[in-house]
Amino acid sequence: MSDAAAAVQHHGPPQGFLRKYVFSLDHKVIGKQYYGLALVAVFTGMFLSWLMRFHLVWPNAAIPGLQWLSRVGAPGGVMTPEYYLSLLTMHGTLMVFFVLTNAPFAAFGNYFLPIQIGAEDMAFPRFNMMSFWTTFAAFLALMTAFFIPDGPPISGWTAYAPLSAVGPDAGPGLGWGQNCWAISIALFCVASLLGSLNFIATTLDLRAKGMTLMRMPICTWAWFITSCIALLAFAVLLPACLLLILDRIAGTSFFIPAGLVVSDRLQPHAGGSPLLWQHLFWFFGHPEVYIAILPAMGIVSHILINSMRKPLLSHKVVIGSMLSIGFLSYMVWGHHMFLSGMNPFSALVFSFPTLIITIPATVLTLIWLGSLYGSNLQITTASLFSLGFISMFVSGGVSGFFLAQPSIDIYLHATYFVVGHFHLVMGVAAIFGIFAGTYFWFPKMTGRMMNETLGKIHFWFTFVGAYCIFMPFHYLGLAGNVRRYSSFVDDFMAPLMPVHKFITIAALFTGAVQLVFLFNLIYSRFKGAPAPDNPWNATSLEWTIPSPPPWDNFGGKHPVVYHDPYQYGVEGASADFIMQTSPEKLPEKS
Amino acid sequence: MSHANVAVESHAAGVMEERPFAIPSSKLVMWLFIISDAVTFGAILFAYGYVRNASADWPTPFEAPSIWNALLMTFILVTSSLTVLLSLRAAQTDDRRGAFNWMLVTAAGGTLFAILHLREWMSLIREGVRLFQNPWGAPLFGATFFSITGLHMAHVLAGVIALVVVALSYRAGRHTAKHIEIVSLYWHFVDVVWMFVVPLLYLMNMKH
Repeated sequence: MSDAAAAVQHHGPPQGFLRKYVFSLDHKVIGKQYYGLALVAVFTGMFLSWLMRFHLVWPNAAIPGLQWLSRVGAPGGVMTPEYYLSLLTMHGTLMVFFVLTNAPFAAFGNYFLPIQIGAEDMAFPRFNMMSFWTTFAAFLALMTAFFIPDGPPISGWTAYAPLSAVGPDAGPGLGWGQNCWAISIALFCVASLLGSLNFIATTLDLRAKGMTLMRMPICTWAWFITSCIALLAFAVLLPACLLLILDRIAGTSFFIPAGLVVSDRLQPHAGGSPLLWQHLFWFFGHPEVYIAILPAMGIVSHILINSMRKPLLSHKVVIGSMLSIGFLSYMVWGHHMFLSGMNPFSALVFSFPTLIITIPATVLTLIWLGSLYGSNLQITTASLFSLGFISMFVSGGVSGFFLAQPSIDIYLHATYFVVGHFHLVMGVAAIFGIFAGTYFWFPKMTGRMMNETLGKIHFWFTFVGAYCIFMPFHYLGLAGNVRRYSSFVDDFMAPLMPVHKFITIAALFTGAVQLVFLFNLIYSRFKGAPAPDNPWNATSLEWTIPSPPPWDNFGGKHPVVYHDPYQYGVEGASADFIMQTSPEKLPEKS
Repeated sequence: MSHANVAVESHAAGVMEERPFAIPSSKLVMWLFIISDAVTFGAILFAYGYVRNASADWPTPFEAPSIWNALLMTFILVTSSLTVLLSLRAAQTDDRRGAFNWMLVTAAGGTLFAILHLREWMSLIREGVRLFQNPWGAPLFGATFFSITGLHMAHVLAGVIALVVVALSYRAGRHTAKHIEIVSLYWHFVDVVWMFVVPLLYLMNMKH
């Protein structure tokens, strides 16, 4: 056996139902499993946001059937303020971890990264399977919180200590509900670490002949950089969760200060610091924002280039910008803590890199816009969602300039301005990236085309709807509307109720439009027009193989790569695109 | 021909792009794991420094016997890093018996380390140190001491199991010198972490 033997634990064709569809080692099946899990999570999370929006504007109206979800939290179908916070926690946790991390990174990355570099699978298929099933266990652990009598935790997706650390005294859901949360997130960390190890090793080691690093498509780069970020970020959240669990179960007090009285009871803890939790959490939490958005940036670039039929202004600058975003993402976590009681001078220290990080983000935006200028863009649903991504990214990003400055943040902190900011720039933008990727790659993943008319209807209503929901958030925040309150009917925020009503109606409507997407997804899966191998006349390797691909991707052959990823519109070439595997020589530049 | 061999020969036959690092993927993954795990230890040691600085009455209870014990444990762990190297050298020169034996010596060193460590834990517990209290001062002393050394000891025990498993499959011919090298990387890492734990948890908490 040679030294390199068993470097890659490859597997034969899958046998039997369990190996094929459940405990599959095939990166494509695992990618689809991640996508399915994200789909369940996103519709659950969206449903929770409906309940919350409904409660905000009709706080005394009963929601039929809600009492079945929680008898304590919603007696007679009217949710208590605490249950509002429980739903808010679950909405945030589901969306950030199980949707924004899973769908663009784990789902699409798993499916397309190996194919785009010409590999027949991930470097470690068994790790890959383990990371999906660990994620699934994390999902179950989180959902268990719904079935605990006093419901899910009320501490938000950030689980700020000491609220999250002291236990049931602090409110509903802070007993076993919070334990479920902490166990779920710890499992999720382990799964993400396994996944990112695998992504990095695959990208570095399993590239086909000729696939140099600079010849990798931009989305491959984005997944690669994202896995490097995840490798370090989740490594910090994991011990933070373990310490939180110790505080809750073993009586330590890492995050609980001395003399804390909660519910008229002096807590038996001393010496800890709530700020320590915030430092550890946001050291993970801020890079997590880029874990959500970088893959979307990559997917959108990949699609726009295909629709414009020309490469971006600079391949290298795009990759460099993404790398510097990844690097800088570790230096800005304190901007979440300007008002936490941290030394005010350190706010200045964190404000500076926060403003610096807008430079690579702006460079990326300018490259997209500059490349779009004067191009002959083909309007498909995928390219519409890509344009929508840029729009959302810019609209949400601009408010970041305000929040990055400690003095302005004193006023805006914990208002709807912040909620509007991160929903647009991280939530909706990344979701648009997921939609774009779905419409673009669905033919490859299933062998059938999606319905473009339904897709465009879906796009326009979602695009307008998302702005109707999240733009007024900024106005509310400037008017002083604080976040995480369950109703505003009898205080100084009452005059803002009409805006809230408008947002709620927009949210119910935009949410309903997503059913069009779900219908399109299911209908096209079974009844869509059969997809050719390369429906978009694209150049990268995933389009050289059948739709859907065979279990070993390239049918036992080894692809050879001759070109940069985006050879569109090359003058003097035989067609308007040259595939990466085409041996055709590029015409000499005069 | 199994699938694994196809992939291996693909690299050898030049039908795949050269690896940027001239090491097998499994070794690369071990390095990546070490980076990630180092960040995990970094975070928990940061937490220790944070609460230690924030506490006015941090106890410094360790007297000469404890320090000597820690130094003895350090000596054993460092020596086991040397024996795992000897095992690797033997494996690379096809001295299968030597490699196997040195692996077992290393695992024995790890076990001895864990036993000495547990003995120390027991004596601290007898003195009244708990996760949430201790007789001397800031209650977080016990929490940080047990959680950091506990995390390290979990790594040591996992390492001992890995050493024994690799040693047995090496003797059975399923594993090669490469696997011994990968497990030795992990073992060195566990050793290096201890080099941070000793000054931060023992020497800084020495009675003065």
